[in-house]
Amino acid sequence: MNNNARERIFARLRTAVAKGDFNIPDAPPLTWPSANAAERVASLKQKLEAMKAEVYVTPSGEWVEKLRAVLKGRNLNRMLFAPDTAVGQALKSGWGDANGGLPELFTFDGTVEAYREELFFKVDAAVTTAKAGIADTGALVLWPDEKEPRLSSLVPPVHIAVLSAADIYSTFTEAVEQGKWADGMPTNALLISGPSKTADIELVLVFGVHGPSDLIVMITE
Amino acid sequence: MDNHTGFDFRGNIRDALGNSQLRKNLKFAMTALAEKRRAIFTDKARFEEMRTTVNAIRKRSLSKLPELLDRLEKKCTENGIIVHWAETTAEANDTVLSIVKQHGATAVVKGKSMVSEEMHLNRFLLGNQVEPIETDLGEFIIQLADETPSHIIVPAIHKNRGEVGKLFSEKIPGTPYTDVPEELTEIARAELRRKYYETPVGISGVNMAVAETGTLCLVENEGNGRMCTTAPDVHIAIMGLEKVVENLTDVPPILRLLTGSATGQLITTYFNMITSPRKAGEKDGPKEVHLVILDNGRSDILADPELRQTLLCIRCGTCLNHCPVYVRIGGHAYHYTYPGPIGEILTPQMEGLETAGTLTTASSLCNACSEVCPAMIPIPDLIRRLRNESYDTGGSVKGHGYKANPLEKVIWKGWELVNRHPGLNALSTKMAGVFGPVLPKAGPLKAWTRVRNRPTFAKKSLHELVKEEGVSDE
Repeated sequence: MNNNARERIFARLRTAVAKGDFNIPDAPPLTWPSANAAERVASLKQKLEAMKAEVYVTPSGEWVEKLRAVLKGRNLNRMLFAPDTAVGQALKSGWGDANGGLPELFTFDGTVEAYREELFFKVDAAVTTAKAGIADTGALVLWPDEKEPRLSSLVPPVHIAVLSAADIYSTFTEAVEQGKWADGMPTNALLISGPSKTADIELVLVFGVHGPSDLIVMITE
Repeated sequence: MDNHTGFDFRGNIRDALGNSQLRKNLKFAMTALAEKRRAIFTDKARFEEMRTTVNAIRKRSLSKLPELLDRLEKKCTENGIIVHWAETTAEANDTVLSIVKQHGATAVVKGKSMVSEEMHLNRFLLGNQVEPIETDLGEFIIQLADETPSHIIVPAIHKNRGEVGKLFSEKIPGTPYTDVPEELTEIARAELRRKYYETPVGISGVNMAVAETGTLCLVENEGNGRMCTTAPDVHIAIMGLEKVVENLTDVPPILRLLTGSATGQLITTYFNMITSPRKAGEKDGPKEVHLVILDNGRSDILADPELRQTLLCIRCGTCLNHCPVYVRIGGHAYHYTYPGPIGEILTPQMEGLETAGTLTTASSLCNACSEVCPAMIPIPDLIRRLRNESYDTGGSVKGHGYKANPLEKVIWKGWELVNRHPGLNALSTKMAGVFGPVLPKAGPLKAWTRVRNRPTFAKKSLHELVKEEGVSDE
C-alpha cells in the first residue's frame, strides 16, 4: 500500500513540477559582517547572557579551577562528565576531592538502558564539550558522540559547556561551511542558546522547563 | 451562515467577538508578539534582502521537490532512518499506529507538530487505546482543556494565567490553584518528567528536512522536543512533503527568519538536527527513527503556478499576529487546524472550496500578512484567486464554482452589455440618478446596508455634466 502511495505522490509531483513557472528570484548569497576573534567572544558572551546563560572567559589552563569557584555552595551532589574527552580528562585531573560544597564527579557505564533512572532523578549537573560557538546569534554547537551521550546536556538541571574561543564562528552559515558539516552529520547536532524556557502562558518568559534551568558556559582562550 | 459549508463561520465569529476575555487575551498577546518581531527586524532593507533569500530557497526547493524528496529518502535510509509515505491523513495515522503497536506501546510523548494536528492524530490514537501525551507547555494546557491549538506557535495563547491555573487545579490531582506562570510551569515540568522517563515512543514534527544529508531539523525552546526525540526507544517524525530543503546551507537563513518572525528571537533555545538513530557504540538516543512524509493535497497545490506559493510557508505564525481579523476572533473560530491568513489559503485548497471556501471571506485584503511574511507569500492575491475560484465553474481548485449562480451570471452579462453600448450606458446612469434614491431597502441592498450607508446616486451622470460644460464625448 505504502509503495503505491509513494508512486502516486511522485507521479503528481513530477507533473506539477514539469509545469515550471517557479519565478525564483535572483538572490545573491547573504553576506554577514565578519567579526574578529575578540568581537566573536564578546558577542557570543553578550547574547548568551541575554538569554540567562552564565558565561566565563578563562585562560585554557584555568577553567577547571574557575568552575570549582563558580559551583561552590550550589548544593550540587553529582556531576556527570565524559571521561574519554579532552574536557573530561582536564576536569578529572583538576577537580580533586568533592569538598566544600562541590559536586562529586560521576560517570555511567554501559548504555542508557542501564542508568536511565539514575540519570533522570539523581544527577544534578553535567559537563559537556561544545564543538563550536556562533557569535551573531549567541549559540553553542553540541556534537554528541560515543564518548559524550545526548541526554547529558538535556536531563540534569545544570548544564556546563566548555568551549574553546578558537572554535567560535561569526555566523551559523560560516560554521556549516567552514566546519564542512555536509561531509558528515552526527546522529544529533544541536544548537543551544540558553537554559530551556517557555512563554506559553501569557508570553511570560519562564526559564527551566523540560531541559536544564541553568546553562554555564566556560569559554577558554 | 454560509449554507454551502460544513461549519458555521459567522456563528463562530459572533461568539468570538462576544467573548471579551478572549479578545483581551488575544489583543495583549498579538500586540506583544508583533512588537517583539519589529524589535528584531529593525533594518528594513536587510529584512527585505533576507526574505528574498528565503523566498528563493523555498521556491528552488519546490521546483525540485520530487528530486529532493527522493534524495532525502535515500540519505535517510542510508543513515538508518525508516521512511514512510502517506497520501492521506488516514494513511499517516495508520502508519504511526502500526509503529506504536509494533513496539507494544500504550502511550506516546509528543512534541508540538501542526501536521499531527492536521491528521487529528491524538483523537485517532485515543480511539486505538494509545494515550498521546502532549509535552509542549501550551499543547499540554490545551490537551487538559480538551481543546485544539488556537495559534500555530503559541497554541494556548487564548487563555490567561488565571484560566490555566484553574484548569491545572481541576485536572491535575493534588494541585492547588496558582496563577503564577513560574509555578504553573514547574507543575507541568514535574508531571512530564516521569513521562519522558517511562514512555517508549516519541513523536515530533519537522521544521525542515535537508536532502543533502538526510537531516531532520526541529526548532524549540522548552527542551520537550529534544526529550521526545532522544529519551524514548523509538522516534517517529512527521512532516508535510513541502518541508524539504536542498542543502545544509539553506538552513541558517530560514532559521533566522523563522524564529525572528515567530517570537522575535535571534534563535530558539534549541535547534535540533537529527540524522540517524543511535549508532553502534553510542550510549543513548532512540534505536529506531521513522519519518512519515505526508501529502494530503500538497502535490495538487504544487500543480498551480500561482497557488503553489502556499507551500512556501515555514509556519512561523506571524501572519496570524498581524491579521486584524485573527487578532479579534482567535484561532478556534476558523474551525480548521490552520487559522488566520495562512489557513484562509491553505485549508480551502486541502479541504475543497465547497467545504472551507468561506474562510476566504475573513480578510479585508489589508496586505499586512504579506508584508510580514518571511517567505513572501502574496496571501491577499491568493485569497482573491480563491474567491474567484468559488464562482468559476471553469476553475481548477477542488470545489471551484460552488458559489456560481445563474442569476448573478445574467446580471453581470447585463452589466457588460450596458457598459459596451454608449446609449444603454447613458440610459442606465440616468435611471440610477432617478430611481437610486427611492430604491426600497430590500434583498441584497438590505443586507448591504445593515452595516453600511446606502450609496447615494448623483442626479446627473459624469457624462451629462461633461456634456453641459460643452466638451464633446471624444
